[in-house]
Formats: sequence, C-alpha cells, structure tokens
Amino acid sequence: MLEKLITFAPELWRALGETLLMLGIGLSSAVLIGGPLGVALFMSEANGPSRARPLGRLLGWLVNTVRSFPFIILMVALVPFTRVIAGTSIGPLAAAVPLSFAAIPYFARLVEQQLRDVPRGVIEAAEAMGASPLQIVTRVLLREARSGLVLALTVLSISFLSYSAVAGVVGGGGIGDLAIRYGYYRFETDVMVITVAILVVMVQLIQFGGGRIARRLDKR
Amino acid sequence: MTILHNATDAPVVISIERASKSFDLPGGGRFDAVRDVSLDILQGEIFGIAGRSGAGKSTLLRMMNLLERPDSGRITVAGQELTSLAPRELRQARRQIGMIYQHFNLLANASVFENVAFPLRIHGAMNAPRLKARVAECLELVGLIDKTDSYPAQLSGGQKQRVAIARALAGFPAVLLCDEPTSALDPDTTRSLLATLRDINARLGVTVVIVSHELQALGSLCARAAVVEDGRIAEVFRITDHSAPRQTALGRELAYYGTEAWAESLRGAQHA
Repeated sequence: MLEKLITFAPELWRALGETLLMLGIGLSSAVLIGGPLGVALFMSEANGPSRARPLGRLLGWLVNTVRSFPFIILMVALVPFTRVIAGTSIGPLAAAVPLSFAAIPYFARLVEQQLRDVPRGVIEAAEAMGASPLQIVTRVLLREARSGLVLALTVLSISFLSYSAVAGVVGGGGIGDLAIRYGYYRFETDVMVITVAILVVMVQLIQFGGGRIARRLDKR
Repeated sequence: MTILHNATDAPVVISIERASKSFDLPGGGRFDAVRDVSLDILQGEIFGIAGRSGAGKSTLLRMMNLLERPDSGRITVAGQELTSLAPRELRQARRQIGMIYQHFNLLANASVFENVAFPLRIHGAMNAPRLKARVAECLELVGLIDKTDSYPAQLSGGQKQRVAIARALAGFPAVLLCDEPTSALDPDTTRSLLATLRDINARLGVTVVIVSHELQALGSLCARAAVVEDGRIAEVFRITDHSAPRQTALGRELAYYGTEAWAESLRGAQHA
C-alpha cells in the first residue's frame, strides 16, 4: 500500500490541486455572487427591511429553478455555456463553471436563512436610528449573522467537495475523479481507500476550521 | 417631575394630528390599532402612555419616529413633518429621535462602545476623537464607563438597557421614545432605571415619551399621561392635577400613583 502511495503520489498531488482549484472557483463565486443574492432575497422578503417584493419573487423563482436541476444534468446542460466561458468542456476549469452555477443559488439560500435569524428588533432599532438599507446590511445583518455565515460556507464547502467528485465523471479531474477511475472502474481498492481517506481528512479539516472561526466570531 | 408642573406654555415638540393606523389580520379582516388620534407632547416633559395590551399604545409611540407609518394623519417631531419626508430626509430627521425597547435591541456582536457609537457612525457626523469622547460621555451619564469593551452578553438586563439609553442619547436627540423599557427588568432595576430616565430628562432637557403597562412606573415618573383605550385617547391629564375626576379606571390608578399619599405609603414601606 505504501509502495502504491509513492508511485501514485504525483497523480495524487495533481488531483488534489485540481480539487482545490474547482472548490476555490466554485466557493469564490458562491460568496461573491451568491452572498449578495442571498442578501437581496432577504431584504426583499414580504417583511424584509426593503419592500421590493416583485424583485424578491423573481430572484426567488430564479434560485429555485437553478436548484431544481440534478447536478449532473445541470453540468451537461451547461456544456455550451462552459465552452464559451472556459474555452473547453473538459478539465477542472471547465468543471468549475457548473460547480459555480450550482453553488451560487445554494449559498444564496443559506445566507438568506442565516439573516432571518437576526432579531427583527435589532434591524428595527437601526432603522429607527436612521440607518440606510445598505448600512443595515453591512453594519447590522452581516455583523450579527457572521458566525452563522461562516458555518454556512463550511456546509457549502463540504457539499461541493463531493459535487466536485461528480464533476470528475465528465473529465473534471480531482480527487473524486481519481477514486472513480482507478478505485471503482479498475478495482484498485488501495487507490480507492487512499483517496477516500484524503477526502475524509479534508472534510474534517474544513469542519474543524469553520467551527473554530465561527465560535471566535460569535459574541452572542 | 419638578421642572414642568406649570409648563403648559412650553413649545410642542411632538405633534400627532388625526393619525390612524390599521393592520391586516392573519385570518383576514383588519384591526384598527390607532383611530383618529391627535396629541401634542411638550418640549422637556416626561409624557406617559398607558393602556391595556392591544390598546394601541405601542403603535402610537412607534408612529412618533415613523417605525409605523400612519395610514392617514400627520406626525411632526422637532419642527419636521415626518409624514411628508422622502426616505433620505426621514433618515436624517430620525437623528432627532432616540428610542429604547423592551428587549434592548443591542447588536450582540458589537462591544458596548460600538453599540453606542452606532448612530454616530451611520451619520458620519463626528471625527474619531470626538466620537470617542461622545461615547465616553454617554456611558458616563448612564454609569457604565467601565463596561466600554464588554459585549452585551456579559451584561445584566439593567446594564443592557443603560447601554441602549446611552446609544439613544449619543446623537443629541430632542426626544427619547421608550417602549416598555422596564418590562423585562426586576423591580429594583426598574426603580434605578426610572431614576436614570428622570435624571437624563432633568439634566439634558430631552423630552421623554414612555409607554408602559406598569402604572406605578408611569405615575411616579411622568408629568402628564394619556390613557389609550381601543385605539383612541380616552384622556390626557397632568398626573398631579387632582382638580377634575379621572374618567378611566387606568387614569384613576395612575393619578393615585402620582399623589403624596402614595409617595408617603412607599416611604412607610421602606422604613418598615
């Protein structure tokens, strides 16, 4: 097994890099696009701080629709779009496109949920002091929900670590892809065990790190 | 309580003119929370609003900074007609109006300092050293200067409410609205908080409007009070004015808590 590990090391490193690349791109777009989208969903709710209900309904519908797609079908359906953006439909960069597409609405809903836990009265107090909607977002909502948002990102990271393995099926690369190609298709059990062990360690690390940061941020 | 016994000629600082507000009920139908209410509150007084649960007293208070916008009628505070303002102007006008709440509504993830600095920061009105000095001044006023770096979770209920008072006063408001400020506090803390409100009113001249179902608190604190019943103002009277009979049961009880006899019985109880 150790011998196998050594001969496989370069392949493993490459796969690990690909996984991190896919996750990095997917999570970044989730935070940068899905985050604001989640805030917009919350703000435009029926009882939300700004009362832009038609916009809220449209965004909600959009988010639900993208989330309805099973990931593997979303990936295939997006192939033409992926070719335009990434220039290819194979490899980790290409796989990052559907991953981002799925992560954005997912994270938006997680953010919306976390913001709902901010006590209504605190938002109201800010309003009564003359805070603008943008100030309510930056100075009240994000501050009060920050530990929950870190935990939401933790959940998202772990889900998308396994999504990225699915992306391997269409040539996305990454650790999960390695497990499927060598471990599953070629019955190389030791490779399978090694890759799954790596994934287990990664999940533990992400959860541990996320939980720690969230606890440190939480003064409630 | 001492300053405004005969101050009927003080200028009006809050004026509500024929305000009404109703809400949709979850099961359909509408609930009239405030019905055609007109009320003037004078500069520098402590004004109480009493009423049973659901009488509309909180809605009436929350109209004074337009947290509840009336369906009809006009609200004027410190010379500005709030009901006619655009959103941006309303945010500016709200600097004149501090508010405290039953459940304090402090930012849990912000230190005491940051909570008190909040209204100053959102209006960007002060540079850093002035802001720091102002926050310290306000915390000094409520006796919590040693808690500057604490977080709300580390404070008692009474201390949280004091932080909320400091926050409400930071921007030099003309009026301080108090929505059931002592209802989550024990009797001792209530007494000392009321003393703080009285002290702030006397020292700063800020007009205090207080909604409470605790008649003792209102009777001992206020110069004038209104009794709200069923969305209407049943009566408005000077607590110490016993020349006319009170029309409502709540009014009679309130008037009693403003009398010497009551104050005497309290003193007796303390000595016993």
